Amino acid sequence: MTSLNVLIAVCLAYVALLFFIAFVAERAGVQGKGGWLLRSPLVYTLSLSIYCTAWTFYGAVGNAARSGLEYVTIYLGPSLVILGWWWILRRLVRIGRSHKVTSIADLISSRFGKSNALAIVVTLMAVVTVTPYIALQLQSVTLSLSIFSAAEQGATPDTIDNDAAAFWIACGLALFTVLFGTRNLNVNERHHGVVIAVAAEAIVKLVALLAVGIFVVWGIAGGLPETLARIDASDLGTWQTSGSRWATLTFLAATAFLCLPRMFQVMVVENADEKHLRIASWAFPLYLMLMSLFVVPIAVIGLEEMPAGSNPDLFVLSLPLSQGREGLAMFSFIGGFSSATSMVIVATLALSTMVSNHVVMPVFLHLRQGGASQSGDVREVVILSRRMSILAIIGFGYIYYQVSGGSGALASIGLISFAGVAQFLPSMLGGIFWRGATRLGALWGLGVGFMLWVFTMLLPSFGAGAVLSAEVFEHGLLGLGMLRPQAMFGIEGMDPIVHAVFWSLLINTLTFAAVSLATFPSPLERLQGAQFVNVFDHSAQTQGWNASVAESEDLMIMAQRILGAQEARSLFSDQARAQGLSGHLPEPTPDFLQLLERELSGSVGAATAHAMISQIVGGSAVSVQDLMAVADESAQMLEYSSQLEAKSKELSQTAAKLQAANTKLMQLSAQKDAFLSQISHELRTPMTSIRAFSEILRDTEGMRPMEKAKYANIIHSEAIRLTRLLDDLLDLSVLENGQVTLNHQTGNLGELLDQAIASAQAGASNPIPIHRRRLNERLLLETDLDRLCQVFINLITNAQKYCAAEDPELHIDVTEKDGAVWVDFIDNGAGIPAEAREMMFEKFSRIGAQDSNGAGLGLAICREIMARLGGDVSYLADAQGTGFRVVLSHSRAVAAQ
Amino acid sequence: MPRKPLPVFLERSSYRKRRVMDALKLLALFGFILWMIPTLWPDGSDPDAAPVSMSHALFYVFGVWFVLIVLSAAFVSRQSGPKEKAGESDAGP
Amino acid sequence: MGKHVLLIEDELNIIEAIRFLLSREGWQVDTHNNGTDAAQITRELKPDLVVLDVMLPGKSGFDILEELRSHEETQDLPVLMLTARGQSRDREMAEKAGVNRFMTKPFSNSEVLTAVRDLLYVHQQKA
Repeated sequence: MTSLNVLIAVCLAYVALLFFIAFVAERAGVQGKGGWLLRSPLVYTLSLSIYCTAWTFYGAVGNAARSGLEYVTIYLGPSLVILGWWWILRRLVRIGRSHKVTSIADLISSRFGKSNALAIVVTLMAVVTVTPYIALQLQSVTLSLSIFSAAEQGATPDTIDNDAAAFWIACGLALFTVLFGTRNLNVNERHHGVVIAVAAEAIVKLVALLAVGIFVVWGIAGGLPETLARIDASDLGTWQTSGSRWATLTFLAATAFLCLPRMFQVMVVENADEKHLRIASWAFPLYLMLMSLFVVPIAVIGLEEMPAGSNPDLFVLSLPLSQGREGLAMFSFIGGFSSATSMVIVATLALSTMVSNHVVMPVFLHLRQGGASQSGDVREVVILSRRMSILAIIGFGYIYYQVSGGSGALASIGLISFAGVAQFLPSMLGGIFWRGATRLGALWGLGVGFMLWVFTMLLPSFGAGAVLSAEVFEHGLLGLGMLRPQAMFGIEGMDPIVHAVFWSLLINTLTFAAVSLATFPSPLERLQGAQFVNVFDHSAQTQGWNASVAESEDLMIMAQRILGAQEARSLFSDQARAQGLSGHLPEPTPDFLQLLERELSGSVGAATAHAMISQIVGGSAVSVQDLMAVADESAQMLEYSSQLEAKSKELSQTAAKLQAANTKLMQLSAQKDAFLSQISHELRTPMTSIRAFSEILRDTEGMRPMEKAKYANIIHSEAIRLTRLLDDLLDLSVLENGQVTLNHQTGNLGELLDQAIASAQAGASNPIPIHRRRLNERLLLETDLDRLCQVFINLITNAQKYCAAEDPELHIDVTEKDGAVWVDFIDNGAGIPAEAREMMFEKFSRIGAQDSNGAGLGLAICREIMARLGGDVSYLADAQGTGFRVVLSHSRAVAAQ
Repeated sequence: MPRKPLPVFLERSSYRKRRVMDALKLLALFGFILWMIPTLWPDGSDPDAAPVSMSHALFYVFGVWFVLIVLSAAFVSRQSGPKEKAGESDAGP
Repeated sequence: MGKHVLLIEDELNIIEAIRFLLSREGWQVDTHNNGTDAAQITRELKPDLVVLDVMLPGKSGFDILEELRSHEETQDLPVLMLTARGQSRDREMAEKAGVNRFMTKPFSNSEVLTAVRDLLYVHQQKA
């Protein structure tokens, strides 16, 4: 019988070996030796095996004993993901390397505009989901220890102090992680020691499980055919897995493989070369296949050989023990121990990076008002916070183990954890494949998915009455039937795991997509989004700094504190040399700042590094968005297009103005043509009569004296008409040129109107009847009375000529208002069409085609005269009939005595 | 987006490699379909359906696994053969 | 053989002058003083020749000419057009509308008489 003490001694020896391996690897890494091993795809592949934890080492057999082949889905999912490395993993690794991503929280936060809020959310979610998993590892180790103690003493497993064992194991793991996980700060330098130790453990656990399997098949069952026969004959002899669970668990395992922080750590962060993925794409599935090959035989034989009631989770240990193979059992124990420790170490490392970079450091920087360039060693703080985080996380795991008291089947905790981290999937994949994904979308999706996971999976896992009362299980949260934790939205009968995974991921994805569609990303988000999605097009260009004001010395001080004095100096002087400078400080070019930010982000995360540099570069609190808006290509495009829009609006306004001016010009030009025709007509018509009759008088013989007199008369009147026309033209020309001399006199308005009417009606065949109110006309005026009379005559003559009413009449009304005098001439004609009003005061303008008796000069002359006299003449649009108003200004009108 | 020009479709030295690359990309889909076939098997809830025996199920699942591993290894080794750069397209999907 | 002329003109003094000239030559002269129904009057009176002014109240001489040319009974009627708007554009418009003779005011009496005689002679030759 193996004594428990021997077992513990072997354990300690094994741990010492691991420390030694890690130490040697670390030394070799620092000295640059052993690169062929440290950077081999084999080590990379083996390090991926931290996916296989104690849960899979022990729990897979237990799972198979309970549910048949279902356990294999946990390996099928990751196999598919790595077989399809070209689609997702290649992209993740490239992004991780080109952006120096330190964790999955860093990835999601970087993608969505280096959002610290998002980083904190992801970090907290990761801690909540992974801590129980760490507790699970502690539990499995103590449980396996108890098997040995039970076998040794033949008593109950409780005789060994489980709590003490768990405590010392936790301490050992914490020590290892602190020693090898925080030796160097820059994650990009990678944890050679940890990786090598993990790879060694991977071999140990695989060989151990294979050894037990071979022993069971060929040692107990007596060969492969016999084993198969026994399998078919057992309770597990037929396929019993439901299709929905098979598919869901495969999917869940694939998702967890991508999203688990520890997997991200080894797969992306610790990846030394993208080409390793190619080897891993077949080597890792092979590893997984070998790990699961003997699970069913062990389960079946265990069920047959072991006494009823034995814990199938521990068949891997108890079967060899029951057959008296203590050596094999101890080897198997070491295998399980390896699985547990490697998982705890890497998971803690990954989580502590996240907690330190995204929670502790931002808080620390925020509390220190002075900003990043103040005195004090940030490097120390980072390492300290990292170590404290490691202790805290392992501490949480231990406390969780204590509180949960080792209850529940191992597998169920594993799946709950898987489903928890699976909530990262929509934001992660959305972030690297879809440029339209936004920060708010990711926040909402993660939040909603996480809450659903807590409600439908985490809380129910404690059993009815523990956290959620039986009442809630039966009738839903707050009595709402829609919100029953295992039958959301009233859909019953689904397997609880399928139910929880389906609803949480579905609603997570829908929320993520819907909020992303509804919100608009900030410039930095758009930029990071473009770089992540098109990572294969960009040669790793994160958004640049525009930092002529940045002080190289400040940057140097800060970098020394984070990277360490040696590294920072060599980085700076390398860059200075690259810039062709002789000193040890490079110019703070955008390229250099970008490089520096990347280097720093390897240590403290992208968001923190960005914030630190922006503090120095900006001199004060630089608004990241402001900086980015300037640099961001699409923001510029937006700005440019809005400028264009304004310009084109301006242009179209100008065009409209030009068009209006052009229209007016065209009208004027047409009017001028019309005037020339008209003036020609007006001049030629009297001349025609004069010529015709003078020729008649000359050529006709024997004309009667009466005829002669008549024709001479016509010649005379036509000559007068011609003279008047020439007078009008001259008059207008003089008025327009401002050469007119005004002859101011004082006179009575009434008398002036009398005179005008007499002139207008003299010689008219049918004078228009005129209505006046003489009382209002008793006003004295001081103006050029002759000119004003000319205006009145023109207006009366117009009414007489053009009023088309059957019984034409003209009203002349005089109004005195505000010291000005209005003289209105309103007839009962048809009025002037609106389109003609604008032009009718222009000279040579004629209204309608039929008025043949004027040159269109009358109104133009009136307007010119009134302008000279300091008054106005205008059309009365609201008069009944055609109305014109002559306005005499105050100074020219003198009240009648 | 600045991209290096894609190789000519029928360029001799790389044509076969690029087709191998295509096969490699499809491998995961192929595996997924094969591994989802068990969801069609009777799960024991229907007493009339002839159950699939566990040994058959094991052979099937592990057989698919084995084939996928061999194919993947074969594709990768051919794809990243002597002339590393030829035919390797870094362009995203 | 008819010697019937229709004078479409709105200027009274010019009507007087042309009437005097043509009646002395033995023409029967009818006059009309607006454009609106001038074409219709022409069809009713069936003159041998029309003397047409351009600027008429109601309808321009060009429009009247076009209307005359569009009716069968007046499409070959000789038309002498007189205008006081001495622009070359007017002559083009008149020729396009199918005028037989175009004269600008002020005219000499002998020109008018010659034109009237010529138009009538040519018209009769054709017929």
